[in-house]
Amino acid sequence: MESLLQETLSLKTFAFFLLIGVTTLAIVLGFVTYAIYFERKVIGWMQFRIGPNRVGPLGLLQSVADVTKLLMKEDTIPNEADRTLFKLAPVIVYVPAFSVLATFPFTETLYLADLNIGLLYYIAISGISTLGIVVGGWASNNKYSLLGGMRSAAQMISYEVPLVTSVVGVILLTGSLNLHDIVTNQGDNIWEWNLFPQIIGFIVFTIAAISELNRTPFDLPEAESELVAGYHVEYSGFRFAFFMLAEYVYVFAIASLATILFLGGWYPPLAMLDFIPGIVWFLLKFTAIVFFLFWIRATLPRIRVDQLMGLGWRVLLPLALFNIFLTAIVEFVLR
Amino acid sequence: MIRTEELLLNVGPQHPSTHGVFRIIVKLDGEVITEATPVMGYLHRGTEKLAENLTYTQIIPYTDRMDYVAAMTNNYVICNAVETLMGLEIPERAQYLRLIVMELQRIASHMLWWGTYLLDIGAMSPFLFAFRDREMIINMFNELCGARLTYNYMRIGGVKWDAPDGWIDKVRDYVKYMKEKLNQYHDLVTGNEIFLARIKGIGAYDGKTAIEYGLSGANLRGSGVQWDLRKNQPYCIYDRFEFDVPVGKNGDCFDRYNVRMEEIRQSLRILEQAVEQVPEGETMGKVPRVLRVPEGEAYSRIESPRGEIGCYIVSRGKDKPFRLKFRRPSFVNLQILPKLLVGENMTNLITILGGIDIVVGEVDC
Repeated sequence: MESLLQETLSLKTFAFFLLIGVTTLAIVLGFVTYAIYFERKVIGWMQFRIGPNRVGPLGLLQSVADVTKLLMKEDTIPNEADRTLFKLAPVIVYVPAFSVLATFPFTETLYLADLNIGLLYYIAISGISTLGIVVGGWASNNKYSLLGGMRSAAQMISYEVPLVTSVVGVILLTGSLNLHDIVTNQGDNIWEWNLFPQIIGFIVFTIAAISELNRTPFDLPEAESELVAGYHVEYSGFRFAFFMLAEYVYVFAIASLATILFLGGWYPPLAMLDFIPGIVWFLLKFTAIVFFLFWIRATLPRIRVDQLMGLGWRVLLPLALFNIFLTAIVEFVLR
Repeated sequence: MIRTEELLLNVGPQHPSTHGVFRIIVKLDGEVITEATPVMGYLHRGTEKLAENLTYTQIIPYTDRMDYVAAMTNNYVICNAVETLMGLEIPERAQYLRLIVMELQRIASHMLWWGTYLLDIGAMSPFLFAFRDREMIINMFNELCGARLTYNYMRIGGVKWDAPDGWIDKVRDYVKYMKEKLNQYHDLVTGNEIFLARIKGIGAYDGKTAIEYGLSGANLRGSGVQWDLRKNQPYCIYDRFEFDVPVGKNGDCFDRYNVRMEEIRQSLRILEQAVEQVPEGETMGKVPRVLRVPEGEAYSRIESPRGEIGCYIVSRGKDKPFRLKFRRPSFVNLQILPKLLVGENMTNLITILGGIDIVVGEVDC
């Protein structure tokens, strides 16, 4: 992979890259399909329901049926909408969501690009999605979606800051922005992970990440009880599917990122368990985080927009800065 | 300089949190409300006018459709008004059955409010928890009168059907079950930091304002006024039971929430005592085949889950009322809304509207 990236682009390498892209897309779509199924089942059980169980065995094809329905729907664009931007918005939201997956190392050997600035790349690219949401909210020419888009812009910008600062501690510990190096710097035992030295960072990261994902209790941009559906109120059919897809791909991305940064990536929690392949450990930790996100959604009410800003700037940011300070001092003393 | 404009936003009539077809026109400055005008009447059916052409018994099913989540109390208010005018004697067993269904109804109604209010605030699970437990009450009503929502259970002079065998025991079991569940509700929601931050200090008014606006029910008691018709002007057989009237202190949404939750507990207390005392006997009093209500006027008022529901009847001695008027608590309680909304943001609009607890069927009648 590394050597291929260095070569000049020929038809052969292009075909290879395309193949990798399509495979990743297929994996991600598979994940999204079953993440939705998993979410509905988990929340269903928490609420004394059974969740989807009609389409396919155990309802396993429910999401497939839902997507098919979305694909077959009429493509509607409001009369007064800005047509170009309206069509562009889902793309702006989705493309960064997919692009960030390139740098994640899933195991020692399974990764797409070993980028030196991996973490920075993630943060920079994922920020673009906000733009798509604002554009979508504005282009729909609907007051509710405008309010949703505005909230989203404010929220995502406010929470990008603590999110970035919370991972600086990890960078200090590792001395690298490379995600692969960040994992290898952690070790085979649970106490060698970044989780405990960076517990403050991890908490801030989790809260900020949930907010970045627009999930409960920070799902203000699409608060269905106030803003009906927020920024995507006018979207239907496949364009709507793209917004939802991007949201779940970000769940995938954030869960992977948390696993890599704090939970030791593919390493087992105890050294004697390393006969189990790394990908299994990665998936287990990853699933635990995804489950946590769904669990929160079933439990908590939604926070108010002004309280959200207060939490971001007055609590999370100082905490994250304190974490950087603390990590730096400890590192300095230990060295 | 940047020019800012007020945004005119139509909340409703189709909106997930207006609890029916109700509309508020709000002017927004950013997300802050500068003016709010409620628009109602989308569900108006002219119940009061229709009632003038119906015999008294025929009016009862119409009252089911006013406050459709607390139909039993509506049934009672019209029956009680007519019975007062006619001076009818109600059999003991019927009285007890009426009281039991009304208290069960209060619990069911408050639980529906609790679930949907939490849904408004953005929590999803409490809604399903509440509906699971409310469903049991609905099923008991179903056994009693064959309907789940619009019961048409009470008649002038008593109740239409006696309780089937074992029904009273079911109520007894339910009271035990619900007491436990209520604690779970509190564990899940009441202590939640986010929830408290969302509703504490929101939509506050004092007792004087509440009285001036004619508020009743939890909206009045939440601001510290001890006024419950079950206690202050006992009707039915409420004077035989021991229960407290919970009141709030600050008159904000959190106090109203607490008052309603505590009322569920008090209703359970009443039920606990009532199921032990239910006598055997008739369920219908001696009522003539054709009800001719003597000339006169009567006003009956009772404590519905939403507040003071009243029924005013003017009779000219016919089998149909000359004029009939319902005082609907949802409608009256709603009048304070524009005052509360000014200066709040969009999110608080939902919190405050939900806290008032309206049923649009009753607002529009």
